[in-house]
Amino acid sequence: MLMEMGLFILQNDSERRRHDNSERRRNDNPESETNGQPQNRTQQVVEQDEEDEELTLKYGAKHVIMLFAPVTLCMVVVVATIKSVSFYTRKDGQLIYTPFTEDTDTVGQRALNSILNAAIMISVIIVMTILLVVLYKYRCYKVIHGWLIISSLLLLFFFSFIYLGEVFKTYNVAMDYITLALMIWNFGVVGMICIHWKGPLRLQQAYLIMISALMALVFIKYLPEWTAWLILAVISVYDLVAVLCPKGPLRMLVETAQERNETLFPALIYSSTMIWLVNMAEEDPEAQRKASKSSTYDKQANQIQNEDADMDDGGFNPEWEQQRDSRIGPLESTPESRAAVQALPSNSQASEDPEERGVKLGLGDFIFYSVLVGKASATASGDWNTTLACFVAILIGLCLTLLLLAIFKKALPALPISITFGLVFYFATDNLVQPFMDQLAFHQFYI
Amino acid sequence: MTLAVFFGCTFIAFGPALGLFLFTVLRDPLRIIILIAGAFFWLVSLLLSSLVWFIAVKASDPGDEPLQKGLLIFGVLFSVLLQEAFRFLYYKLLRKAIEGLVALSEDGCSPISIQQMAYVAGLGFGLMSGAFSMINLLVDALGPGTVGIHGDSQLYFLTSAFMTMVMIFLHTFWGILFFHGCETQRWWEMAAVILTHLIVSGSTFWNPLYVGSLVPSYLLMFATAAWAYVLSGGCTQNLLQSLRGQQSETSPQPGS
Repeated sequence: MLMEMGLFILQNDSERRRHDNSERRRNDNPESETNGQPQNRTQQVVEQDEEDEELTLKYGAKHVIMLFAPVTLCMVVVVATIKSVSFYTRKDGQLIYTPFTEDTDTVGQRALNSILNAAIMISVIIVMTILLVVLYKYRCYKVIHGWLIISSLLLLFFFSFIYLGEVFKTYNVAMDYITLALMIWNFGVVGMICIHWKGPLRLQQAYLIMISALMALVFIKYLPEWTAWLILAVISVYDLVAVLCPKGPLRMLVETAQERNETLFPALIYSSTMIWLVNMAEEDPEAQRKASKSSTYDKQANQIQNEDADMDDGGFNPEWEQQRDSRIGPLESTPESRAAVQALPSNSQASEDPEERGVKLGLGDFIFYSVLVGKASATASGDWNTTLACFVAILIGLCLTLLLLAIFKKALPALPISITFGLVFYFATDNLVQPFMDQLAFHQFYI
Repeated sequence: MTLAVFFGCTFIAFGPALGLFLFTVLRDPLRIIILIAGAFFWLVSLLLSSLVWFIAVKASDPGDEPLQKGLLIFGVLFSVLLQEAFRFLYYKLLRKAIEGLVALSEDGCSPISIQQMAYVAGLGFGLMSGAFSMINLLVDALGPGTVGIHGDSQLYFLTSAFMTMVMIFLHTFWGILFFHGCETQRWWEMAAVILTHLIVSGSTFWNPLYVGSLVPSYLLMFATAAWAYVLSGGCTQNLLQSLRGQQSETSPQPGS
């Protein structure tokens, strides 16, 4: 079974604008030197910086909410399914990636087995990531493309077929195969088109949320308990290492993409901006922003400026689903598509540019957040209190990550803070808060 | 128990808060973030107070009933004090945030005032407190069972819902009062908040004698509501005009 492990890098527009600023400074410098007015230059630069920072923070709250809503929606879908459809909480075996069982006699044996399971899973993820980086480096775009198509086919048709079947069983709905085939066919084909080609933004977002929820449900079903928590912990450490270390695979991937001025794996990034360009969904916001930026900020259509902006956009929020990349092939036509975008009337975009600047989040983060909350709702004794606590913890972690992003203005992993908060709150609420609240409810005391 | 009980109790407990959320918080992303951060702070305070209670319980004899009840009462009072401490910490954080927002705004004033933040923070505290008190009860109300079959009060769900509603309101007003006290250095306002919180939680020790807990709580709620309203710049004239549906001539304070 193909597995989507999403590792997430968050990068926002301020990095690109910072590069624009440095470009502007480089462009302005010769002028002010000839003018003999260095103070103007520094003033200009400072003003531009302040303006940019203020823009970042002003739209910061909006961006946070643009991410809160889909993450919340995904979690709600997963929790609702876990609570109603018993299939996903029933133990029906384990994945081949986690071969050791947790039904052992002693606690020590169980701990050992879960550590081994987590180790195997993480090694699989590391191997797949490195494979992806190697494939990308040697430009085997067709292979990556095919890999991604196969996994989205699997998710959109097979997993949703199982999901629908289980929902029908739960609610005792009689359904014939012909209607079912029609429904699944339509759902799947529209999903493939929306995700890999183009479609209405809301529909694409909805599909991405749905496939994240389906994937999270698969993990919740097939990962035994201790293994699941260990995997969550280890994967956030891995995310941290892979994105921030200089030789980390994800960082190398970002840098390679930046060198080549390409976007990475756009089919698996949740985007909140409008997408209109001919070939590629994800390239559009970048291209539009490039075009509008060149008209808004830089009056001289400077080739150097555009290229620098492209380099920043190249690393824009890639999502590290290892099997998926649907755009690398067509990306080779970027110069033409860029020219096409610049030929488009960009005046309307220029005025809306601050609003159009959206935010992107990798699907792997959706999946792991939902796995945490889903597992909390499935197995906690505190039940809804624990679920609620994990939910709030994850949202606050996401908020903090976005704040750090606004401060540091470079690619950051989104899993560590949220998953750490989520895990801490899960174990604390389940073991400490739940007995307390139970006793309070029993005596009807209120705090 | 029936669906009617479930929906009735849900809307009693969370209806007004949901209305407040929909009409005042949902539109502004910054307020949503402040609300969720407020919920988070309340959650952390609950966690720490549960930790203390848990340690106390584990260190004591589990068979001794009066001792366990005494420890629970101690836990409740400690939790109240810790909640107010975290409210103060949240005030400090929001103050810093306002300074940041002011420094980075175009016209030198922050897009949200400290009074609005106080209201939203209080609402966040209240919503989380209400959710933790009520959600498990509501889910149980959906399932089978008979309330009070062993001789306990049959009004359990209803009184819990009313108590939750009053706690949500109280947290909102306490937020406004507390932040105002911090802002204007009036320590007695903060002391009043802590005292009323202790009184309200203490009155729940009278449960199931509901007249001893619900009546004082509601009276205190109306009193704090009036106080918070006055502190936010309201006056009886504004109130009467708004009830009659007229526009008030004087512009309302930003805290409204």
